[in-house]
Amino acid sequence: MTRKTSEPGVSPGGDGAAESGPLVLIVDDVQDNRTIYVLFLRFSGFRVVEAENGEEALAKATSLLPDVIVMDLSLPVMDGWEATRRLKRDPRTQKIPVIVLTGHALPEHAQAAREAGCDMVITKPCLPDQLMETIRRILDTPKTRAKSGR
Amino acid sequence: MAGRCLEWLAEHAGVREGHCLALDTERNRLVHVAAFGVQPVTVNGFGIDLEAHDHPLVQALTVTRPVVMAPETTGRLFSRRAPVLALPLQGADLQEAVPGGLLLIRPVTANAADLEWVAEYLGYRLVRARLRVTSAENERRLRRDRDLLRSILDRVTDPVLLTDSEGRMLIANERAERLFATREGESEGRRRAIAINNMLFSSALGRSAVEQMTSAPRELALVDPTEGSDLLFELISTTAGDARMGMGIVSVLRNVSDLRSATEEIEDNLQRLRSAEAEVRAERDRLDLIIDSVADPILVTDPSGNLVMMNTPAERMFSASARTAPEAQRVRANDANFTSFVSNLLFGKTGVSKYHGGVNLVDPKTGRSIPMEAVSGSIYGESAEVSAIVTILHDRTEAIEREQLYEQLKAASAQLERRVQEATSALVRQNELLRRQAIELEQASVAKSQFLANVSHDVRTPLNAILGYTSLLLRGVAGPLATPQRDSLGRVDANARHLLTLITDILDISRIEAGKMPVRLSPIRPKELVDEIMSEVEPLIATSNLTVTATVPEGLPVIRSDRQKVKQILLNLLTNALKFTPRGSVTVSCTHQRADRTISIAVADTGIGIAPADQGRIFEAFSQADSTSAREGGGTGLGLAICQRLALVLGGQLTVESKVREGSTFTLVIPVGASRS
Repeated sequence: MTRKTSEPGVSPGGDGAAESGPLVLIVDDVQDNRTIYVLFLRFSGFRVVEAENGEEALAKATSLLPDVIVMDLSLPVMDGWEATRRLKRDPRTQKIPVIVLTGHALPEHAQAAREAGCDMVITKPCLPDQLMETIRRILDTPKTRAKSGR
Repeated sequence: MAGRCLEWLAEHAGVREGHCLALDTERNRLVHVAAFGVQPVTVNGFGIDLEAHDHPLVQALTVTRPVVMAPETTGRLFSRRAPVLALPLQGADLQEAVPGGLLLIRPVTANAADLEWVAEYLGYRLVRARLRVTSAENERRLRRDRDLLRSILDRVTDPVLLTDSEGRMLIANERAERLFATREGESEGRRRAIAINNMLFSSALGRSAVEQMTSAPRELALVDPTEGSDLLFELISTTAGDARMGMGIVSVLRNVSDLRSATEEIEDNLQRLRSAEAEVRAERDRLDLIIDSVADPILVTDPSGNLVMMNTPAERMFSASARTAPEAQRVRANDANFTSFVSNLLFGKTGVSKYHGGVNLVDPKTGRSIPMEAVSGSIYGESAEVSAIVTILHDRTEAIEREQLYEQLKAASAQLERRVQEATSALVRQNELLRRQAIELEQASVAKSQFLANVSHDVRTPLNAILGYTSLLLRGVAGPLATPQRDSLGRVDANARHLLTLITDILDISRIEAGKMPVRLSPIRPKELVDEIMSEVEPLIATSNLTVTATVPEGLPVIRSDRQKVKQILLNLLTNALKFTPRGSVTVSCTHQRADRTISIAVADTGIGIAPADQGRIFEAFSQADSTSAREGGGTGLGLAICQRLALVLGGQLTVESKVREGSTFTLVIPVGASRS
């Protein structure tokens, strides 16, 4: 059922109307999940980049400095907890909100993610519009607004 | 002289043969003195012992008349065997009964007058001669005897005196003379001392006479004339003497000066001895008392094994004064046992002064056997020989019983200990087993939780994609949809959501059962909570045809509990009620039980109800009363199981009352809690 791609990259159709919207970094090792959110967020006016593991997420976050990062936890190469921890330690990326979106439903997993420094935890399944609403809400908080107004 | 007389008789009186025999009183014999008309050889050495009383010649002496004798009586004195005439030669006027000798004449026809005359003459001469010899002899003998007596008297160490009736001293031995007699040229002091002594002695004798000469000794104090010291004598006086001599007094003085002091010393010693004896007796009495008051039998045996002494307790065991026959028999048995014990000791264990052993005796009264402990000790005499053996017996019955009891106790204790050890080791094994099982269970539980968490995660990921794509399609991201397509996508969406609920519930119940459901307490106002729940289920109420009411009275206390969990339970109950009630009403009511400080929240419906048989099972996991109803209701069958477990986690409980086709009432009871903010 899950389909994985070996070649991560900027989703197709990332042009036109989305060029001026907030930049969202979607980190997930499952292609289907990335596809759903990319499709919907772009459809809704966001710019989206993808990463399929923690290491790639770190590289893209430092180079592209997205407005928000949606982070899965169980990831190959480097997991989401470690990636979040590093993002939050790096002065360049530490102010970028990290929304953890995970299939781990137990409270201890969420707790571990919060301890790594993430700003919010959402348990899968999460409908695309639900995620979009969350992103909007987090970008509207004063802290994020100040940052985005930079 | 006798020869001439015989010759005259031969000449004048017709005598042919004759013999003259004289009585020799010195040798007590009748001896031949002279003969006429016979050969001298025949009379040589003739003599007859006067002791031969039967001899006719001796008998002839005892008569005063002439006696004719048979020829054989004179032996060979006469030449012819013819009768002989024997004439006793009497002493005539000499007053002497014993004749002077015997005249033997033949023939018997000789002139009697001549014979008588001659016999008288010879008798007189013979007796006179004999008497002369005898008196000289006697005088000599008397002198000798006197000298002997004198020397004997002088040898006597005690002064001996003989005094006449007037007190004049007749005889005194040497010792007496020293005290009472003066000599030429003696000192004045001595003379005076002797005078005093004589005076004292006379006075004592005078007193003696007054006292009828009792033979009892009296004391007489004198002075030693040589040394002047005092002397003490014992005076024994007795009368002596005869009619011719007159009365005399024999006195013996015994020097008791030394005797007196010796006597005093002896008396002193005797006194000391008596007091010592009294002390010994008292000591002995005390010892007897002590020995008798000792409860243990004590016996003293002499070296040959005979009983010398025993105390009262010993008498009880060994006394022969037993009343009945069995008692006497037991006493004898005891005696025999003890005797054999002592003899073993005496003859078997020589050189051992202390001996420790045992004797088995019998109580004479009851016949009960008494094992006695015996301690014997030897008592040694002056020359280190055994003089006695003292034996103390001690009844060991109690000690033995105690020992036996102790042994039993020890055995019981050991057995108990063994059992305890066995039980303990069994327990230890069981504990170990349980511990391992607990570890295994724990591991299994951890593995189960981990497995469920993984399943949950791995199911959620594709579910996320399914719901996501469905949502995209329904939103027209992929272009507009026809109504049948939209309906089908709706069914996909509903099933995916059901699957999600199932996964969530499974995870919940596994966490509750693993005790990993933390409780977060916060104040809850019942009214607010009920309102909140009612508003959340509003969409469901709106689509139903039911009358739904909530009754929360005023003045309910604020409860302290886990808000999220209480809410989860109530939402579940309300949702179920709405699902399983086709028509009628659903009522939520809230009450406060002050007595046990609880709040009850009841959800009552008029729905399909639950059969009594199923009422117990509805709270079990994965057991909805009817799987059909579960599917119809869209439930997982885990909801009530989770609710009841959550109620328990909160310290409360969840119960149900129901009748089929009439309805059900679920009641949640939770404690008000410590805080009443």
